[in-house]
Amino acid sequence: MNLPVLKAADFASDQDVRWCPGCGDYSILAQMKKILPDLGVPREKTVFVSGIGCSSRFPYYMNTYGMHSIHGRAPTFATGLKSTRPDLMVWVITGDGDALSIGGNHFIHCLRRNLDVNIVLFNNRIYGLTKGQYSPTSTEGQVTKSTPMGAIDHPLSPLSVALAAEATFVARSIDAHVQHLGKTLKAAAEHKGTSLVEVYQNCNVFNDGAMAYAQERKQRADNVIELEHGKPLIFGAERDKGIRLVGSHLEVVNTADVPADDLLIHDAHDPNPSIQMMLARMRYPDMPEPIGVLRSVAGVATYNDQINEQVTQAKAARGEGDLSKLFRSGDTWEVTA
Amino acid sequence: MTTSTPTTNKKIESVPGITVRLCGDSGDGMQLLGTQLTNTSALAGNDVATFPDFPAEIRAPRGTRAGVSGFQVQFASEAIFTPGDTLDALVVMNPAAMVTNIGDLRKGGILIANEDGFNEKEYKLAKVESNPLEADVIDQSYRVVKVAMTKLTRAAVAEHGLSTKIADRCKNFFAMGLVYWLFGRSLDPTLRFIEAKFGKKPDVAAANVAALRAGWAYGETTEEFSESYQVEAAELEPGTYRNIMGNQALAWGLIAASKISNKEMFYGTYPITPASDILHELTKFKNFGVRTFQAEDEIAAIGATIGAAFGGTMAVTASSGPGIALKGEAMGLGVMLELPMIVINVQRGGPSTGLPTKTEQSDLLQVMFGRNGEAPMPVLAPRSPGDCFAMAVEAWRIATECMVPVMLLSDGYIANGSEPWKIPDMDELPTISCSHPEEQTGDGPFLPYARNENLARPWAIPGTPELMHRVGGLEKEDGTGNVSYDPANHQHMCDTRAAKVAKIAERIPEQDVNGETSGDVLVVSWGGTYGACHTAVNRCRQAGHSVSHAHIRYVNPLPRNIGTLLKSFKTVVVPELNSGQLRMLLRAEYLVDCIGINKIQGKPFAVSELVEAISKHTSTHSQSKAG
Repeated sequence: MNLPVLKAADFASDQDVRWCPGCGDYSILAQMKKILPDLGVPREKTVFVSGIGCSSRFPYYMNTYGMHSIHGRAPTFATGLKSTRPDLMVWVITGDGDALSIGGNHFIHCLRRNLDVNIVLFNNRIYGLTKGQYSPTSTEGQVTKSTPMGAIDHPLSPLSVALAAEATFVARSIDAHVQHLGKTLKAAAEHKGTSLVEVYQNCNVFNDGAMAYAQERKQRADNVIELEHGKPLIFGAERDKGIRLVGSHLEVVNTADVPADDLLIHDAHDPNPSIQMMLARMRYPDMPEPIGVLRSVAGVATYNDQINEQVTQAKAARGEGDLSKLFRSGDTWEVTA
Repeated sequence: MTTSTPTTNKKIESVPGITVRLCGDSGDGMQLLGTQLTNTSALAGNDVATFPDFPAEIRAPRGTRAGVSGFQVQFASEAIFTPGDTLDALVVMNPAAMVTNIGDLRKGGILIANEDGFNEKEYKLAKVESNPLEADVIDQSYRVVKVAMTKLTRAAVAEHGLSTKIADRCKNFFAMGLVYWLFGRSLDPTLRFIEAKFGKKPDVAAANVAALRAGWAYGETTEEFSESYQVEAAELEPGTYRNIMGNQALAWGLIAASKISNKEMFYGTYPITPASDILHELTKFKNFGVRTFQAEDEIAAIGATIGAAFGGTMAVTASSGPGIALKGEAMGLGVMLELPMIVINVQRGGPSTGLPTKTEQSDLLQVMFGRNGEAPMPVLAPRSPGDCFAMAVEAWRIATECMVPVMLLSDGYIANGSEPWKIPDMDELPTISCSHPEEQTGDGPFLPYARNENLARPWAIPGTPELMHRVGGLEKEDGTGNVSYDPANHQHMCDTRAAKVAKIAERIPEQDVNGETSGDVLVVSWGGTYGACHTAVNRCRQAGHSVSHAHIRYVNPLPRNIGTLLKSFKTVVVPELNSGQLRMLLRAEYLVDCIGINKIQGKPFAVSELVEAISKHTSTHSQSKAG
């Protein structure tokens, strides 16, 4: 069969994109359109489901099926859809407020069920669409419209939450690091089970530069560490710094000062999330922040496979349901004229 | 195991019907006893109606009034529509059960008490000063039969070597045996039940059988009873019958709707009383293609339901009032997306957590209006346990024909009640055809919000190459479904969504009336009060009053002849288990004054209280007629 070769442009809908000029969302949209043709899934079998927020306008811009749902609940719609239509490739597009505040519950439960969907969480550490209130990932002390004296909440890390829920695929990337972003989205799509990709996304209107340490090319090398499975943890513009495990914590070392095999080798496939959790907890400025795939564990049953497997098993064991038999099951009696 | 019931040598008196209530502690097995008596009576060909009444706590403090669990059943040789007002017989296992229920026993009725449950400790727990059985007024008013059920049960099961604790659990079967003797019931269905339920524990099964038979034998030998009672089979419409509970009928109606529409079902829900039994029932039937999803919360339950509907599946969610409140925003999305689905509300006493195990009709305005914005939804209300089947099928028919979320409004009384149900022939079931467009016809792009004669949009589903589109909660542009903030378009879309629901009146039956279509009084009711209202109106009519009855099953839109009907009577009376919600709707819609009969006590109407209240509006007429 000859499948038409699709290009990124084929995934663009006829709707005008209405994000603010300079928003990080544009980059994520571009990378998504770029990787989708490579996945070999027809456009009509692709569905984007989103909640509410700037990021959640995403489905309108994709020439696929899509649903712009309600605040925080996108994973729930995806659950019903994927459970009944496992033939579809389902993406959940969400933000830090959407996924971690109002939708925190659904986020956790989607991950622990291991529904085979891909969640892309645009993290800009601010509420954009409601014009600038602090979000659950805003930093302590952050001054916003709703925190004039500084935020007093401790921020939540989506990666830590996901690992605690024993998610099978947990990754992070950065809007401005386009190649890395494309590669990470593709890996997420290829994973069977729930994939979470947190994307550092700049809100140039309400929180400009909040993650410049990771986004700007010049700063990035020293503040971010790119994880690769089976490779030692090395970073820095000169690739002269590394991470090693000492007891139960991680520390930064100069690679010149330690034997090469002292460095921690990244194991994304380890079912035990303990070291992955230590990596997720590395925070700028004390530590470099990890990007790439923290965790990718294959072979865990998915919710959608199992809900459908039970139906198949029940039909095999008891035969296709017969209404007439159902109605007459148990005690019945005849009334004659 | 022999399954024959012995025959009585005592006198048998034939009576048209019996109302009995079985009451004990939550842990005494009264619900089981009631269910068995109901099934046995139904199998004997009686018409039956039941009213289980139990505390919200699983094991409320033992021996207390709050912990009393009751099950009332009426069985009769004529058509009945309620579980009865006053009791012919009351079985009580302890003082708390007695003092909380004795008021409903008719004068001269039979009070059977487990004597062993009456002692100082129990009086204290029930907050009574002395043995209530020994009050003079009790002996004077009722036929009191004291039975040492605990001791007699222990003796009966002694040979099976059970611990005293386990042996004592058999005493509800002893009580059952006695009740079966008194009302001439066959032991066979319960013997079959014991075999099926306890077959894997032969000693427990044998002990229960022994207790059941001992109870029967006690009735036959005791001098307390000189006669037993017999209720002949009722004259029901010919056919095959079974006993069915409301939530079970609702689940089966959904399964039937799924089957006849050739759609597998997705049921997304979160546990809540009194709706959970629908989940328990549906999840047994995965071989019908039923996928049940116990969500993390009420919102996830309806979210998943909408997701499944978008994918082209028959999608259903259910809850009770508190959960429906949480689903409000998502229901609004369902209205906006114009996807077919069913939302079930099995009402309970409110507000807030309210009375979880008690019945009420106080969510009518909630399901009509409990969403932000102009978000009309059709509302259907079954009138009895068996009617839940038909209305579930209707809900799916309307949802798919009109591409709209449909609210099915049941209540705890119907949900837990049961009645004989005539098994439908397969060809009696309506046809429901669901289709999805497969390609773009005509010029231009696909229009996901184009409309047919029902104002329904096409149910185009993911996987269809030419029909890719995006839906969402932002206002849609007519036709294209694109986001639109245009003022005129918003007006048009709100009007269209409302008109679509209003037009359903063309696709539902006209309102039927019990009695004349004009006259003095029209009683208008809806939902689970059907049986009480029907019986009360019949009594008023027999007494010569000009009273007719319209019981509404289609609440929104109302049947197209309702307005004319309301205006054809001098007085319109609306009995409801709320403070006047349908009455408010009728007044607003038709500018007809309506008089309410309202009760919010967590209990259904008694027929007698309705007769009294209705009669107030007919007295002038009957006096002049009598004169």
